[in-house]
Amino acid sequence: MHILLSLSVFSGFALLVGIGLAFASRYFHVEGDPLADKIDALLPQTQCGQCGYPGCRPYANAVAALEVDVNHCVPGGERTMLQIADMMGVEPKAIEAEETAPVVAFIREDECIGCTLCIKACPVDCIIGAPKQYHTIITDHCTGCTLCLEPCPVDCIDMLEVPETLEKWAWPVPGTERAKVGVERKHQHEGIDV
Amino acid sequence: MTEFALILLSAVLVNNYVLTKFLGICPFLGVSGKVETAIGMSFAVMFVMTLASTASWLIQQLILVPLDMVYMQTVFFILIIAGLVQFVEMVMHKTSPVLYQGLGIFLPLITTNCAVLGVAILNVQQDYSFFASVLYGFGAAVGFAIVLVLFSGLRERIEGAPIPEVFKGSPITLITAGMMALAFMGFAGLVKV
Repeated sequence: MHILLSLSVFSGFALLVGIGLAFASRYFHVEGDPLADKIDALLPQTQCGQCGYPGCRPYANAVAALEVDVNHCVPGGERTMLQIADMMGVEPKAIEAEETAPVVAFIREDECIGCTLCIKACPVDCIIGAPKQYHTIITDHCTGCTLCLEPCPVDCIDMLEVPETLEKWAWPVPGTERAKVGVERKHQHEGIDV
Repeated sequence: MTEFALILLSAVLVNNYVLTKFLGICPFLGVSGKVETAIGMSFAVMFVMTLASTASWLIQQLILVPLDMVYMQTVFFILIIAGLVQFVEMVMHKTSPVLYQGLGIFLPLITTNCAVLGVAILNVQQDYSFFASVLYGFGAAVGFAIVLVLFSGLRERIEGAPIPEVFKGSPITLITAGMMALAFMGFAGLVKV
């Protein structure tokens, strides 16, 4: 008799705990992966696909699942990589892709047939135009992701290096080719002076 | 009041769960690689231990003793601890996903952390009052937290130290833990029991 009593008391208690946990799991339900959300918020959202994933969100998911290193976001550059590495608590790694001179897309307008395919492909909505009208690119907003090259049926989009004009000039990022060139020029200049 | 102060002091330093009673060694060695995760783990254990000792006292006094079922103690305590750990895991997944990932498997393993079950069982054995038992559980958890955080700090420094090849990794960790235990024996003279 006593055994039955203790069994039923224990089962009842276990049931109570179970019900409590069921309510708690409803209350603390987590939509998706909160870690991926945080990583996604750090990414530049250019959806350029240069990391090998079809967009920023899939890349964030892969990083959160520890499937891939933190150093594949090219537009985000070193700063984004450091932020993600810091948040994930992993060692920072240098960006693998070659640091290239910044490029923007340019549409040769007299060849454009106005098909709007590049407009649909642009992740940052920086191509303007309408069906059967010339398209053009707002170069200030172009991230140079090259995603518009592929869909263009007449291949009228070029990637041009951003010209170094007085309006566009900025100090070079330390450690890049451009900064090295600057240092070399300075040394040359000083050499001539002496 | 002195009694409560003594209980707290004894649980934190003199009868430290990790270094004097040698309970909870698994997370002590497993999660002490980084100070950050150690702090997170400390808070999780602190929460679970305090609640577990409170709940176990309640179960003991309200269910087990009146119904004459004290022999069911261990099963009941494990059940309540498992429930609490599940709860902490849900809360942590929601509020701090980074810590959740950092703690990894050691968070659900609090369930089988002998220090938590130890605090529940030793607590009811000592016939404390309700408040004293809550304090005892909290003190034991604080002791665990202090030792875990100190140890993780030591380990972070040892990482960069020039250690002989044969001592690298686990050996130096265990030696350090042993030295810490020796140091904590110094607290034994603090309170006369």
